[in-house]
Amino acid sequence: MDTTFRLFPREASQLASQVDHLVLFLVAVSVFFSVLIFGALTYFAIRYRRRSPDERPEQIHGSTLLEITWTVIPLMLTMVMFAWGAKVFVTAHRPPDDAMEIFVIGKQWMWKIQHPEGRREINTLHLPLGQPVKLTLTSQDVIHDFSIPAFRVKQDVVPGMYTNEWFVPTRIGEYHLFCDQYCGAKHAEMAGTVVVCTPADYQRWLAGDLTAEPPAVAGKKLFALYGCNTCHGQYGPTLAGLYGTPVQVIDQHGNRRTVIADEAYLRESILYPDVKLVTGYPNRMPSFKSTLSEEQLLDLVQYIKSLTGAAETAPYKGPLLGPATQPSGAELRIENSPFANYRTNQ
Amino acid sequence: MASIPYIPEYSGVETYLNTKHTVLSWLLTEDHKRIAILYMISITVLFAIGGTAAVIMRLQLLTPHSNLVEAETYNKLFTLHGIVMVFFFLVPSIPTTLGNFLVPLMIGARDLAFPRINLFSWYLYIAGASLAITCLILGGVDTGWTFYTPYSSSFSNTHVVLAITGVFIAGFSSIFTGLNFIVTIHKMRCPGMTWFRLPLFIWAMYATSIIFVLATPVLAITLALVGLERILGVGIFDPNLGGDPILFQHLFWFYSHPAVYIMILPGLGVISELVTCYSRKAPFGYAFIAMASLAIAILGFLVWAHHMFIAGISIYGGLVFSVLSFLVAIPSAIKVFNWTATLYKGSIQLDTPMLYALGFIGLFTVGGLTGLFLATLGIDMHVHDTYFVIAHFHYIMVGGAVMAYMGGLHFWWPKMTGKLYPEMWGRIAAVILFIGFNLTFFPQFLLGYLGMPRRYYAYAPEFQVYNVMSTAGASILAIGYLLPLGYLLWSLRWGKTAGPNPFHAAGLEWTTASPPPPDNFDETPIAGEPYNYHEMDFSDV
Repeated sequence: MDTTFRLFPREASQLASQVDHLVLFLVAVSVFFSVLIFGALTYFAIRYRRRSPDERPEQIHGSTLLEITWTVIPLMLTMVMFAWGAKVFVTAHRPPDDAMEIFVIGKQWMWKIQHPEGRREINTLHLPLGQPVKLTLTSQDVIHDFSIPAFRVKQDVVPGMYTNEWFVPTRIGEYHLFCDQYCGAKHAEMAGTVVVCTPADYQRWLAGDLTAEPPAVAGKKLFALYGCNTCHGQYGPTLAGLYGTPVQVIDQHGNRRTVIADEAYLRESILYPDVKLVTGYPNRMPSFKSTLSEEQLLDLVQYIKSLTGAAETAPYKGPLLGPATQPSGAELRIENSPFANYRTNQ
Repeated sequence: MASIPYIPEYSGVETYLNTKHTVLSWLLTEDHKRIAILYMISITVLFAIGGTAAVIMRLQLLTPHSNLVEAETYNKLFTLHGIVMVFFFLVPSIPTTLGNFLVPLMIGARDLAFPRINLFSWYLYIAGASLAITCLILGGVDTGWTFYTPYSSSFSNTHVVLAITGVFIAGFSSIFTGLNFIVTIHKMRCPGMTWFRLPLFIWAMYATSIIFVLATPVLAITLALVGLERILGVGIFDPNLGGDPILFQHLFWFYSHPAVYIMILPGLGVISELVTCYSRKAPFGYAFIAMASLAIAILGFLVWAHHMFIAGISIYGGLVFSVLSFLVAIPSAIKVFNWTATLYKGSIQLDTPMLYALGFIGLFTVGGLTGLFLATLGIDMHVHDTYFVIAHFHYIMVGGAVMAYMGGLHFWWPKMTGKLYPEMWGRIAAVILFIGFNLTFFPQFLLGYLGMPRRYYAYAPEFQVYNVMSTAGASILAIGYLLPLGYLLWSLRWGKTAGPNPFHAAGLEWTTASPPPPDNFDETPIAGEPYNYHEMDFSDV
C-alpha cells in the first residue's frame, strides 16, 4: 500500500474527483472570508490603535444596507454549496442498474464480504477496475461504518437493516478500508484493504476458491432445508417474480398497506412474518429470527430475488441436506491483523 | 467551623467575599455571586480531569501503534474526555460562572429570581459530577460521550448506567439555571432597563436559557430509555429486542445539537462585551447581534440530523437537514461581520481580554467555515466521523467557547475578586493558547481529509506527521492553561486593587464596588442607553 505523506488522499473512484472539486470550491470561499476577516481585524487593530488614554472614538451604530449585504451574499453562497453538495450526494446514492452487488456483513471486529460468484473474504475487498459496484451492508451486532477514503464514500452499517453504497473503482492499487463508527474495544483494528485489480485478475482471484457457492445457490439449499417450499407456492404466497413488485399487506396494527418487496421487506418477512402479512393469507409462518445468521438471510434474499418464473418455485424434489452449512465466515480466521498489514507495507 | 483561607481582605468595606467566612456560609449561600465562585472552582476541577485524559490520548497518538495505553483504556479515555468536557465543563462553563455572577449585576437586580433553586442546581451539578467521577474510579465507561445504541444499551460491559445517571442529574442543574435566568431577565430588570437596552451578554444568556429549558429534558428522556433497555431489556433501540438504533440518534442529537449552541452562544455574548469595551464603541448593529442569538437558538433545534447524513436516514431527509444547517450558519456570520465592523474607527487597546476576543473571532470563523464543509452532503459523506469533524468542533468548542470563557474570566476577574491580574502574563498566556490551539487542531483537518477515523487508538503510519504536530501543539496548549491558573491565583493575594471600573467599561456591573457588596448595589440603579462610550469619562486613565 502506498503510505507516502500527502495532502490529499489518492483519487481512486469516479466519485473522488467530484468530491475534491466541491471541496476546493469550499476551500476557496473559506480562504476568501478568512482573509477578509483576519485582514480587517489586523488592519483595524493597527490603524485604530489607542493613541492617547483618554481617546473617545466617534460612535457608529450600524448600517442596514451592510447588514443586508452580509446576510444575502453568504446566504447565496451557502445555497450554491447546498445544491452542489446535494447533486454529488444524490448521484452517490443512485447505483446504476448494471452494478455488481457485493455483500458486506460487519461484526465486532471484522468485515465479512461475499462476492456474487460466491467467493468470500474477510477484511479485504477485491474489486475489478472500472466495474460499477453496489455494496449491500448490514451488521450482526452494533453499528459500524464502511469507509474507503480513496473512494470518498462511507456508509453506516446498521444492525437490523440493509444500507448501500456504490462506486466505480478507477485506479489499480491497494487502499485503506476503515470502520468509521465507534464499535467497541477493537474499533481501530476493524480495518482492512481494498484491492483494485484488472477484471482479468479479478476473475482469476474469484476462481481461486473452488468451493465457493453463489449466494442464490446457497439460498436455494437453505430454502429447501428449512422447508420453505412446502408452503410457498402452494398454501403460502408465491415468491416467483415477487422482488421489486408491490405487495398488499396487513401490518401489525391491522392496517392495510401496499409495500414494495425490496431486500428489507424480504428480510423482515423472514424474521418477523407477522409484521407485514400478505393480504389473504393466515399467519402460519414461524419466525426464523433465532435460526438464520445474517449470511444465511442474505443468501435467502438473493435466492428469492433470483426467482423470476413460476417454475423456479416448484416443490423441491432433491434430497434434503444434512446439518445446515454454517456461514463460512465463522470458519475463516483473520490471518493478519490490519496493523500487521500496515507494517508489512511500509 | 474552619474559615476559608486566601480571601482578600478589604478594610472596612463589606463585600460578598468578606461578609461571612465559614465554610458553611459558602455551602449554604444563596448569593448568586458566591454560587458563581462555587461553580467556578468545580468546573475548573472537572476541566483538569478532562484535560488530563486529552493529554494521555495525545501521547498515545504520538506514534502509529503506541503501547502507552491499551485499546480499551483509550476508548475509556476519549469517553471520559467527551462526557466531562461537554456535560460538566462546556455546557455549564459560562452560564453558571460568568452568567450567575453577571446576570443580576448587568440588569441591576439584587439576585437571581430563585436563589435557593440556584444553590440547588449547584448541588445537582456536584451530584452528577460525583457519579461521573465514581464511574471513572470504578473503571470507566467506553461508549463515547454519544452513547450510541445498541452498543451502549446491549454490548458495552462498562459502567454505562452510572455515567448516564450522572449526566441525567447534571441535566436538571442546567434546566434550573435556564429557568432562573429566564424569569430573572423577564421580571427583575431595574428601572430603565428595557429589552433593547439589555447588554448583548444578557441576550446571549437568554437565548441559551431557552435551549436549556427546551432541549435538556429530551436528553434526560433519551438517557433514561437507554437505562431501561440496558437494565430491563425493554426493546427501544436494540433491533434484537425489536428497537430502532437510529431512533436513538434522532433523540440524542435533538438535544446535543442545540447543546452545541448552549456551549457557544454564551461565548458570543462575552465577545460582544469585550469587543465594545476595548474599542470604546457601541456594538455595530446591536439589534442584529441580539436577534442573531435568538435565531441561532431557534434554528439550532431544526438541524439535528446533519449528524446522521450517512447513518441510514433517507436521502430526502439528508437534503432537508443540509439546507437547514446552512441557514443556521447565517446568523453566526452576521455576528462575526458586526464585531469586525465595531472595530472600525474605534480606539483599540490590545489588552488580555481583547486578545482573547480577537483570537475567538478568528478561530470561530475557521470553525464556522469548516462547518459548511460538514453541512455539504457531498463532502460529509467523505469526512464524517474522521478527524475533520474533531478539528471542526474543537475550533468551535475550544477555540470558541473556551477562549471566550478565558477572555470573560480575565475581563470580569477584577469585578469578582477586586484584584488585577498581571497584564503582561495575561497577554503571554493568551498568545500561547492561540498558537498551541492552532498547532493542535489545524493538522487534524488535513488528517481527517486523508481519512483518519476518529476514536482510533492506533493508525496507519502515513498519518503520523500530522499527529506529531497535533501532540506538540497540545503540550503548548497545556502550558497556556496552566499559566492563568498560576497568575490568577497569585493575584488573589498579591494583585493590585482593582477599583470599581478598572477597564472603563460601560455596563451596570461596573458602577458598583469590586468586589460587589452582598446586595450588589447600595441603591437600585437606573439604566440608560447601553454601551454609552461616547459619554464616558476617560480623563483619569
